[in-house]
Amino acid sequence: MELRVSDLSCARGGLIVLQGVSLTLRAGQARVLRGPNGSGKTTLLRTLAGLQPPVAGRIDAGADAITYASHLDGLKATLTVRENLQFWARVHDRPVGDALLRMNLDGLADRPAQALSAGQKRRLGLARLLVTGRPIWLLDEPTVSLDAASVALFAAVVRQHLADGGAALIATHIDLGLDAEVLEMAPIAARDILPQGGFDEAFL
Amino acid sequence: MIALLLRDLRLSVRSGGGFGLGLAFFLLVTILVPLGVGPESALHARIAAGILWIGALLACLLSLDRIFALDHEDGSLDLLVTAPMPLEGIVAVKALAHWLVTGLPLTLAAPLLGVLLNLPVHGYPWLFVSLLVGTPALSVIGTFGAALIVGLKRGGLLLSLLVLPLYVPTLIYGAEAAQRGADGLPALVPLALLAAISAGSAALLPFASAQALRINLR
Repeated sequence: MELRVSDLSCARGGLIVLQGVSLTLRAGQARVLRGPNGSGKTTLLRTLAGLQPPVAGRIDAGADAITYASHLDGLKATLTVRENLQFWARVHDRPVGDALLRMNLDGLADRPAQALSAGQKRRLGLARLLVTGRPIWLLDEPTVSLDAASVALFAAVVRQHLADGGAALIATHIDLGLDAEVLEMAPIAARDILPQGGFDEAFL
Repeated sequence: MIALLLRDLRLSVRSGGGFGLGLAFFLLVTILVPLGVGPESALHARIAAGILWIGALLACLLSLDRIFALDHEDGSLDLLVTAPMPLEGIVAVKALAHWLVTGLPLTLAAPLLGVLLNLPVHGYPWLFVSLLVGTPALSVIGTFGAALIVGLKRGGLLLSLLVLPLYVPTLIYGAEAAQRGADGLPALVPLALLAAISAGSAALLPFASAQALRINLR
């Protein structure tokens, strides 16, 4: 299990926003992305997750190794907490296990997701990571709308994941208390911003 | 795959899911037509098959923009794309769920509504069979249209404009099969062509829909 990225360029809206991204993430390692708004953190994570093709460069990870948590939680409002999580567990062909307990949601299991608070929805969205069983977590601002206790809870979950041989790439402004290197966005920002792929690409 | 199908079916029967919406719309259209064209039962009998087909088609259209838009809004479409399922399979399952929620109930209800329009007796089996064979094409083509407009705000009207022309062959052969059946003429040829449209679009369009989704999610 290893994520190896070499000389990656990513585009957003037809413009190159990141150039020359190279990083290696081994089992047990975490890396924090740091940079101002609009510096391309989400674009980098979406590219690594396979949601958009890279403009140049290589991404090497095992098959089905990566899971991505965007700032949207992917919850269905009319399904209960347990049904939401069971769905993702069945999609990934894995048991739900103790994911509800670990994200402190076991008391809310039969409540519809629409009746949860923003922080509780977030915790449910993050519990999905546990049922995917995938080793590499790409997290985009995972602590938004979490209170201090939930941030600590989530940090403990990430630490356990790393201890179990997982890896995480986290875009965050909060110090999760992880032993993680920081990847600054400024040096990899594209210097000469040019539209790529000709005229049409700018409209896609 | 099955998990996704069951989730979509479950969501459709929960509050705000839209199950029965298309059916109610179909019922209303069928009731409104005799009010509009006047109380001439001979005229009703002549136009019944066509009206029922147009009603079914419009009822199908009504729920198309929900296929991907809701999943895109709450972020689950992104997560499904990264799940261990081929995107073509996801699209096909979505189309199947749409047909089970919309096309199949319309097909089952159509013979009952045929009574309202004074459909000739020997037209019922042909109406039922033509809808059974033709509505899957409506769902699959509609799913393609829905994939094209993912990410657009208020894309519903654009979706109708994109999809309605694509529905023309299905409508022509479907209504023709039902009409010829009602008139007591042999209707196997339009029915076979209708089946070919359904089979062809079910085989090919999921690939096009998946590609459209990939481009729209960038």
